[in-house]
Amino acid sequence: MSEFDQLYREVILDHYRNPRGHGELDEPDAQAEGQNPLCGDEVSIYVSFADDGETIEEVKFSGRGCAISQAATSMLTEMVQGRKASEIAGLPKDELLEEIGIPLTPVRLKCALLGLGTLKVALHKAKGTPLPEEWSGSSGLDLR
Amino acid sequence: MAVTAKPKLDAERLRADFPVFEQLVHGKPLSYLDSASSAQKPRQVLDAMYEFYATSYANVHRGVYQLAERSTERFEGAREKVRAFVNAPSSREVIFTRGATEALNLVAYAWGLDNLGPGDVVVVTELEHHSNFVPWQFVAKRTGAAFRHIPIDDNGELRLDALDGLAREGRIKVVANNLVSNSLGTINPVEQLAAWAHEQGAIMVVDAAQAAPHRVVDVQALGCDFLALSSHKLCGPTGAGALWGRRELLEEMSPFNLGGEMIRSVALDRTSWNELPYKFEAGTPAIGEAVGFGAAIDYLNEIGLPEIEEHEHELIAYALERLAEIPGLRSFGPPADRRAGIVSFDIEGIHPHDVAQVLDWEGVAVRAGHHCTQPLMTRLGVAATTRASFYLYTVRDEIDRLVEGLHRVKKVLG
Repeated sequence: MSEFDQLYREVILDHYRNPRGHGELDEPDAQAEGQNPLCGDEVSIYVSFADDGETIEEVKFSGRGCAISQAATSMLTEMVQGRKASEIAGLPKDELLEEIGIPLTPVRLKCALLGLGTLKVALHKAKGTPLPEEWSGSSGLDLR
Repeated sequence: MAVTAKPKLDAERLRADFPVFEQLVHGKPLSYLDSASSAQKPRQVLDAMYEFYATSYANVHRGVYQLAERSTERFEGAREKVRAFVNAPSSREVIFTRGATEALNLVAYAWGLDNLGPGDVVVVTELEHHSNFVPWQFVAKRTGAAFRHIPIDDNGELRLDALDGLAREGRIKVVANNLVSNSLGTINPVEQLAAWAHEQGAIMVVDAAQAAPHRVVDVQALGCDFLALSSHKLCGPTGAGALWGRRELLEEMSPFNLGGEMIRSVALDRTSWNELPYKFEAGTPAIGEAVGFGAAIDYLNEIGLPEIEEHEHELIAYALERLAEIPGLRSFGPPADRRAGIVSFDIEGIHPHDVAQVLDWEGVAVRAGHHCTQPLMTRLGVAATTRASFYLYTVRDEIDRLVEGLHRVKKVLG
């Protein structure tokens, strides 16, 4: 299989065309928005916890993105279901990348990891778990 | 300006000057359609830099030995080339910077912080590159000035009918606009805006990073007060650019970067600034890069800016015609005769990153993203676009391969 065919292999296109976990939660327990500064893509992540307040019951996402980011976030929602918030806050990105299973250049890596980073921000806001390194220290300018 | 008639540009012949085209990408010849982001480098520029570093390099302005004199002469020679390139009255008004972004930050900080305050209005445009947008947004916030923009119409052209309304919002002090839009290729009416700015008592700040590679830029004809240039977009090296400014404004301004070279004298309790342009050139400059910048200007002059402009107009007209063949493709921006060789487009249901990725496998290099113009993307109602841009070395075959590639995109992802 050529590198090209691998990148857009069937499982990626399937998650892209039929994303799992696509949508919003009305009353999420945790929520965050993330942007990819390279292309302006935005993703919103919604999380609900089980009764123990720790176990991730459901993750939904909305927003626009390329096939890689949509497919990766779709896979992510399946992967984290039923796992503990503290565990996901420290989830090595390689675990998601293995699941995606395609060779990614540094730019496309950012696409693939946007959902995971945003999920970690949501968990940080709700549970005080550590922020991923690439999200720390970002603030901005507000003229409103 | 005296214009000598030159032969029509022969892009096939010029391509031979660019070593980058000698390679294959994914086994296919390179179709480089990302010159608006950065232009490729001809041998003439690479050789000039190599020759300079190999034979004439030393730090500039301070040494008394021969090598330092030679280096200074080459560096100052490059400044003179930049001056002539934009028809500036004096090379003292030409400040070397790291690029157009630093040039625009220089004006925003060194002029803006001292001259803006509450009641003042800074006006940018909806199609501005972030480099002539964010510095003004930041300095407006810091000084309490209002930050406003000139909107665009559905063709991607500035709506000058909005100017009267803006003038009622306060004292207009700055009008900042790019001469050519890097995302849409729109050629903006800077002469008209400069005249309006001056009626309001404002300064006119022009970002010519995207214009200077493609057409004659004449600061006196434009009637502007500051103009920013980038070397890497006009076949020169990265890390070099220039700011031209009116002498009386530059003389009144505080320095931007402080340190060596920009001082006349330093004592424990006082420091005085060096003369222009050195007042704004703290530290050792990018000397070899300035020499390369000068060599790039020579290269463009040899071909002729009007000839480059004509070539790009032909290409963009052809590209717009061919792109119209693709079902679901929507291109943004004005008609071919009112734009430079840039086209941004959207293919329904397919993200630009995926478009660019599939095209890469065909050896076609395009840009996918917001092109540092997020307010414009918001206006167009998209997060990002795919952008193809052309230059003096672009041939029709590359546009044909783009169109073929887009058919493949539709097949893979449609």
